[in-house]
Amino acid sequence: MAIIERPRELTAPSVISPKQAQGNFSRPVQTTGWKSWLFTVDHKKLGLMYGFAAMFFFLVGGTEALIIRIQLAQPNGKFVNAQLYNELFTTHGTTMVFLFVIPMAAAFANYFVPLQIGARDVAFPRMNAFGFWCFLGGGLFLYLSPLLGGLPDGGWFAYAPNTGPIFSPSHGMDFWTLALQITGIASLTGSINLIVTILNMRAPGMKLMMMPVFTWMILVIQFLLVFAIPVITVALFLLSFQRLFGATFFDVKAGADPLLWQHLFWLFGHPEVYILILPSFGIVSEVLPVFAQKPLFGYKFVVFSGAAIGFMGWGVWAHHMFASGLGPISVMVFSITTMFIAVPTGVKIINWVGTLWGGTLRFTTAMMFAIGLIVEFTIGGLSGVTHAVSPSDTQQTDTYYIVAHFHYVLFGGAVFGLFSGFYYWWPKIFGRMLDEKLGKVNFWLMVIGTNLTFGPMHIVGLQGQPRRMYTYKAGYGFAGWNLLETIGSFIIALGVATFLWNAIKTNGITGKKPRTAPLDPWDARTYEWMTTSPPKEHNFDSIPVVSHLDEFFHRKYAEDANGNMVKVATAEEILADQIAHADKHIHMPSPSYWPIVLAFSLPIIALGLIFSTYLAIFGGIICVMAGYGWAIEPSTADPSDFDQSAGPSTEVALHV
Amino acid sequence: MSELLETTHGDLPAGTVHDDHASVEHDPLAHTSLGLSNNKLAMWLFLGSDCLLFGGLISTYMLYRGRVQRGPNPNELYNIKFTSVSSFVLLMSSLTMVLAVTSAVRNDDRRMRIWLCTTAFLGSLFVGAQVFEFRSFYLKGLGFTTNLFGSSFYTLTGFHGVHVSLGVIMLLSIVGLTLRGKIPGRKAEVVELIGLYWHFVDIVWIVIFTLVYLIPS
Repeated sequence: MAIIERPRELTAPSVISPKQAQGNFSRPVQTTGWKSWLFTVDHKKLGLMYGFAAMFFFLVGGTEALIIRIQLAQPNGKFVNAQLYNELFTTHGTTMVFLFVIPMAAAFANYFVPLQIGARDVAFPRMNAFGFWCFLGGGLFLYLSPLLGGLPDGGWFAYAPNTGPIFSPSHGMDFWTLALQITGIASLTGSINLIVTILNMRAPGMKLMMMPVFTWMILVIQFLLVFAIPVITVALFLLSFQRLFGATFFDVKAGADPLLWQHLFWLFGHPEVYILILPSFGIVSEVLPVFAQKPLFGYKFVVFSGAAIGFMGWGVWAHHMFASGLGPISVMVFSITTMFIAVPTGVKIINWVGTLWGGTLRFTTAMMFAIGLIVEFTIGGLSGVTHAVSPSDTQQTDTYYIVAHFHYVLFGGAVFGLFSGFYYWWPKIFGRMLDEKLGKVNFWLMVIGTNLTFGPMHIVGLQGQPRRMYTYKAGYGFAGWNLLETIGSFIIALGVATFLWNAIKTNGITGKKPRTAPLDPWDARTYEWMTTSPPKEHNFDSIPVVSHLDEFFHRKYAEDANGNMVKVATAEEILADQIAHADKHIHMPSPSYWPIVLAFSLPIIALGLIFSTYLAIFGGIICVMAGYGWAIEPSTADPSDFDQSAGPSTEVALHV
Repeated sequence: MSELLETTHGDLPAGTVHDDHASVEHDPLAHTSLGLSNNKLAMWLFLGSDCLLFGGLISTYMLYRGRVQRGPNPNELYNIKFTSVSSFVLLMSSLTMVLAVTSAVRNDDRRMRIWLCTTAFLGSLFVGAQVFEFRSFYLKGLGFTTNLFGSSFYTLTGFHGVHVSLGVIMLLSIVGLTLRGKIPGRKAEVVELIGLYWHFVDIVWIVIFTLVYLIPS
């Protein structure tokens, strides 16, 4: 990004364009306007774009859920037909998992990991941008399918012989496999990037065991992604080779094993479950200590149990397949490992409760969502243990009981955690406060809605209502409960709408002046609060040296003679000190055209694979050219572009 | 090492204004917490990830290699002698790759280019042999869609072939870029990274050769 004269006092920055960067092409230099967003490599802008795009897909997936619920409100529903219903539950699941929760966690990770570890950007800023555009390209590509031959209809799990060309003849599943390949590239590059960032770019003094828990959980998740993504990549390749080129991998007539897909998918899919929930665990572990006003109870236990969940998550995949005839020994082994994995999860819950115990609790919206997560996730976790017991799982498989379980852990768990994060970090990101009163309304609507929607599913599930069925007959006792579930789902929708209204209101659209957030609205504890809100493009004027876990807290408070913690500094003083010692030269990575070009060549190739080889070749050419453009372009413009001086007289530096 | 780096930072007297070229690649070790270059760490992670990719493909092959309902079965097709020779060629390319990295570290551009080109040549020889092998299998009646063995064999070895081909392209690109002096970052490190990738691809081939060709189905 351009060069800005380092502001000693905050004067208007003067922008000087770098000379032609070393590459053969000029680089984008815009710092404002839409171009500054398209070509940015700034982790905060990318984090925001991840957030907005994920929120968009959340609304799309939510709308699909509402249509499903309208269809099921009455027995023999006629709102949609069976085919459309299949398409709806497939895209609902796919969207929520791959296009909402993962990217929304990526939004928080992108935005806050560098801030929490005192880095000025991620290790590979262009790769970061590439990851975002791949995710967006993949998501939009998935939703091209209804225009070009039908939505995917094989479930988000896409069990293979059923998703082969015979049973799923439309192009929908082709779009699904290729879209997931593209978002998989986004996850893979993103995870490598974040691991390197966390391991290698910590502030001076920050040992691993001084990192905020959110950063820790993100680290664990990225390791899960690095190793889980290639497994689904293989599965997706096999499926698309079968669908596009006639390979026989899942062709039972040719002797194929129908369990191959299930093994590959769930070997990815179970770590995936933890990929969805651990970011929220991290967020909650940040929020609870702040609003209980005491340190996280058993920091090390929270960290190590998170890592333990990450490891053990690899040894439980076959519990998704108890009813598929694995044989008694496999079932028993996976049953036991699955029960074991409840242990580290339980440890975390104990730690959170211990954090609350004896604390001076402040019931802000962020805190309420965090407590909501603990309660709802525990309910979901307990029903999870009931399917770890394989005989009882055989009863529950493919019923609404399973749907109840994973919505309690994913909606009541993961999504509540994300909402807690919205309310907690909103002032940091935007410098504005979300309205707490509306926040409470939002929270109660969502809690009531969640329990009304997913609670009765336990009952109808045990009574035998099968999932993935577009309707049910009257007289089985399902009708009343289903109506209640539908009402509940609209209450959730109302809750989400409240949140959106709250978010829009902070822009001052209602005519009322929006509340500017104080520098440290929550009396927070971690590193990311030691900078301006919203943070400057280079995050920190100087990188504070870390000597404690909860560094910010220890800079604000010190022990007095009686052993009580007393406030010794305000956030403003700490920030002023940092600005006073500002680094003289800060080199920020330069924006680049290549990430977005390279990323958008992938959906073109994918479309070409489905419809026309020429288009695939065209996309391939763009891909290769963009790849070379990227490879020969240095990630930062040459230092001589910024430090024309190199002499002692000038204070010029910063480029951003 | 990391401790050392951290304390040197920590000991800076308060108020020192120090240059912080945050993400400049010229001296990648200067500011990393682990004392390990970002690029190298990323390459290792990528290779770890790639292990799982080949793990999935190899498992698929092992599951399906005996399932031949029609068309030729593996024992009728494999020419172990021929594949042993091409495997030997590929493994030798690891040696030339090591020599290229050593020359790059010594800043001996001329030798580095010679060895990179040799490595690329050996790699393309291997790919050529694979194409020849695929063609002869096809002529003997094993198409991609003939049976499960065909689908999984071509997919597994094809993915490996694509990895080798990408490696060859990277090697030749590096040679071209060093000739024009256009390599961003430290040259020796770039060569070393490609070296890591190249050795990984070779090691994977040892596994594939053993499991696919040597163990009878």
